[in-house]
Amino acid sequence: MSEAFKMDEAQPRLLDETGQGLIGEPLDRPEGRLKVTGQARYSAEYAPERMVHGVLVRATITRGRVTGFDDSAAQALPGYLGLFHGPRFIRNPAQGMADEAPCQPGESIDYHGQPVALVVAESFETARDAAARIVVHYDEAPGAPVAPDTGEIEENEKRKSVQGDLEAAMAGAAAVVDAEYTTAGHAAAAMEPHAAIAEWRDGRLLMHGSLQMIRFNKNELADALGVSPEAVRILAPYVGGGFGSKLGISSEHVSAALAARALERPVRVVMSRQTVFDAVLRRTETWQRLRLGADKDGRLTAIGHEDRVSNLEGEGFAEPVSAATRFLYSAPNRLIRQHISRNHRTPSGSVRAPGEAVGMFALETAMDELAEKLGLDPVELRLRNIPERHPVTGQAYTARALAESLREGAKRFGWDQRPETGSRREGEWLIGMGMAGAGRSNMLVPSAARVTLSRDGALVETDMTDIGTGSYAILGQIAGEMLGLPIDKVAVHLADSDLPGASGSGGSFGASSSGSSVFLAARKIREILAQRLGCKPEELKVSGGEVSGGGTRAKLADLLPEPISAEAKIEKGKTAESHFSAGFGAHFVEVAVSEVSGEIRVRRMLGVFGIGRVLNEKTARSQAVGGMVWGVGSALHEELGHDPRTGHIVTRDLANYHIPAHADIPRDMEVVFLPERDDQANPIQSKGIGELGISGSGAAVINAVHNATGLRLRHFPATPDKVLAGWADGR
Amino acid sequence: MKITLDVNGVEKTLDLDARVTLLDALRDHMGLTGTKKGCDHGQCGACTVLVDGRRINACLSLAVMHDGDQVTTVEGLGTPEEMNTLQREFVSCDGYQCGYCTPGQIMSATGMMAEAAEGAPSHVSESLTAPADLDDAEIAERMSGNLCRCSAYPFIREAISRAHAAQTREGRE
Repeated sequence: MSEAFKMDEAQPRLLDETGQGLIGEPLDRPEGRLKVTGQARYSAEYAPERMVHGVLVRATITRGRVTGFDDSAAQALPGYLGLFHGPRFIRNPAQGMADEAPCQPGESIDYHGQPVALVVAESFETARDAAARIVVHYDEAPGAPVAPDTGEIEENEKRKSVQGDLEAAMAGAAAVVDAEYTTAGHAAAAMEPHAAIAEWRDGRLLMHGSLQMIRFNKNELADALGVSPEAVRILAPYVGGGFGSKLGISSEHVSAALAARALERPVRVVMSRQTVFDAVLRRTETWQRLRLGADKDGRLTAIGHEDRVSNLEGEGFAEPVSAATRFLYSAPNRLIRQHISRNHRTPSGSVRAPGEAVGMFALETAMDELAEKLGLDPVELRLRNIPERHPVTGQAYTARALAESLREGAKRFGWDQRPETGSRREGEWLIGMGMAGAGRSNMLVPSAARVTLSRDGALVETDMTDIGTGSYAILGQIAGEMLGLPIDKVAVHLADSDLPGASGSGGSFGASSSGSSVFLAARKIREILAQRLGCKPEELKVSGGEVSGGGTRAKLADLLPEPISAEAKIEKGKTAESHFSAGFGAHFVEVAVSEVSGEIRVRRMLGVFGIGRVLNEKTARSQAVGGMVWGVGSALHEELGHDPRTGHIVTRDLANYHIPAHADIPRDMEVVFLPERDDQANPIQSKGIGELGISGSGAAVINAVHNATGLRLRHFPATPDKVLAGWADGR
Repeated sequence: MKITLDVNGVEKTLDLDARVTLLDALRDHMGLTGTKKGCDHGQCGACTVLVDGRRINACLSLAVMHDGDQVTTVEGLGTPEEMNTLQREFVSCDGYQCGYCTPGQIMSATGMMAEAAEGAPSHVSESLTAPADLDDAEIAERMSGNLCRCSAYPFIREAISRAHAAQTREGRE
């Protein structure tokens, strides 16, 4: 049986009544044993019989057409099996939730490093050698714009939002900030390179693919290949990180499937690390202008946030830089605008917290500057500007822990010990504290799951993925909590496209969306158990193999002559119109800045968050800390550099693109989740946490640098050269 | 070329293309996929294994250079049913998320603790000759060749620190 549920009204907090003691508990990940012993198999780690190896051939021009391939030098290699290309090849990965094939450009080249063909050979070593021997002939169209200020600039009308009169409010304000900021492009750089093994069995494609959103990916791949979705099965039980980079299908999937069909052999294609940088969607660089005006009491009268991002012509995605600016603080006069530069860099797409991750650098460092101008504590400035209703849409907020997070964080961190700017020193190190607000919108995305209860326990089945996020853990906990089972009696099967289609992992909506579908399926089973026992569903108690309610009692096994299976699908409903749901919080950071080298070291961080019901305290904490570390990375280290002639990414490996390492991150990374239930978000009252940690954390680092040094850094990453230049400019 | 390797205590003879890295020999020719390929350039540490007790990036070494060597991979430390102390602590501390860098972190930590026990100093050691106390700064420094994009760093170091304390206790007893 199947239930379709729309989130039209708040639901009873059933998970507070079930009393099994599983939900929220910091349980170990059930798949952890496999991960630490090397037994968890990722996409490249299957070895079907007769498998051969593919290596992508990529464009060495920025714009133009391929006029031909010459593989005669490769033909000489024993084990060379052929060169594959053609109209079904894709230009770049599908954007998140595209649900259809991305651009299939034919001979067209639109960026340096674009995959144009696949070489296949009996061994990886031969394929790699052969790929280097392929000569590609081009008709180059020189002069392609490859910098954001040289291409065509168009306004993104969808993002435009004007309320009141910003200019007039700025002119009349007691204190103003009007500054420009830039953030570098970022790479998701998941540790597992993009990988695919394609195998055709009786006309049906079996794809082991490192992917985040199987329900969408199946349709994307089918569309790209020109087959029906039923002819595609995708498996991705373990995914070595995604962060947005595996939302949509990419070249390795399509090329492997095409070659496998032609060769009638399984084909494996794994991107080299450099290909991952060149040919997977990056986070755009941004230019931003942030304007704030306030009255003398620190009440905002004006917020203006203008930005420029870049993407290739035809790509529908534009980083929503001002996302948090729309909902975090009140101000009667508002202006939000976005421009998109159309250029020929590697196309851009979603990377962890698209929007907030970069937009909050400007908003939250500007708030710090405004607080200084007003002589107000930055925590207090934020407390004075918490809106009653969503400032743009007028919606009511759901549970919102912004004020509590600010107060609780200040107390726990020892914010009252914050030194006067530039006053605390330990040898060559200047010490400072900074803070920022946190906000990340929360969504409910259609998601389905099946739960089966038998005498042996429960089985959860959905095509939801676990990309390190903890899906295996939390979905088991929800089912166990609802059905009165200990956690070792719940099995969770994920990431098989033949299972009910889930939201997938993205946008921090995975846990709540897929968790809700598991909850609803289990609730359906509870209703059947209540019926069999003869009580009302709300009276039902299930625990320790016993079922009771309405004065009667039975053994669970006796109510299960045959297993009960229920499927449920959730989608958003009226509460998403009446209410605005987001995770909120506050970041606090202490840094040390070397007066000698300009090096910035993070000494401790605290994040206080309200994320509705916490489903597993341990995996939630890991997600939060992960986000906070990403904030450090984007504040201090991470930068995609581009060759000014070709647009080609030059920081295209893990030596040149510096993601935080152990030595960059302190042990003292504290996370506090405030008790909260978000009744309008979904029936399990939870919210996402995967992206809230990065939303604002980088700004808190930069604000701490200001407190330590007096410098206002506005161009990120704030590498030591920028610190030294800031001092040279006049300290 | 024909070589013989001792992998996790089992002797294996392989006939390999000279271009095959130790990493690909393990993953593709011996089915030991616990050792991960993250960058193939010695930049991320996901492929860390022990060769004759010392940690190396298996991607930077050709298999044919290791004829007769003893190689230890994550599969040689424990099994899902019987994890070793370090593996247990990684699970308990949530010292991972996606799990892809995890075998490398665990192998690197294993090699690192042995180096420290032998008195090898690091960049942050107070003394070049006195034995190093494996505090958090030492562990962070010595583990910085192992990247984790999920950023489980604090929890990885907590796991290593706990396993090290347990080892030290056992050593004293």
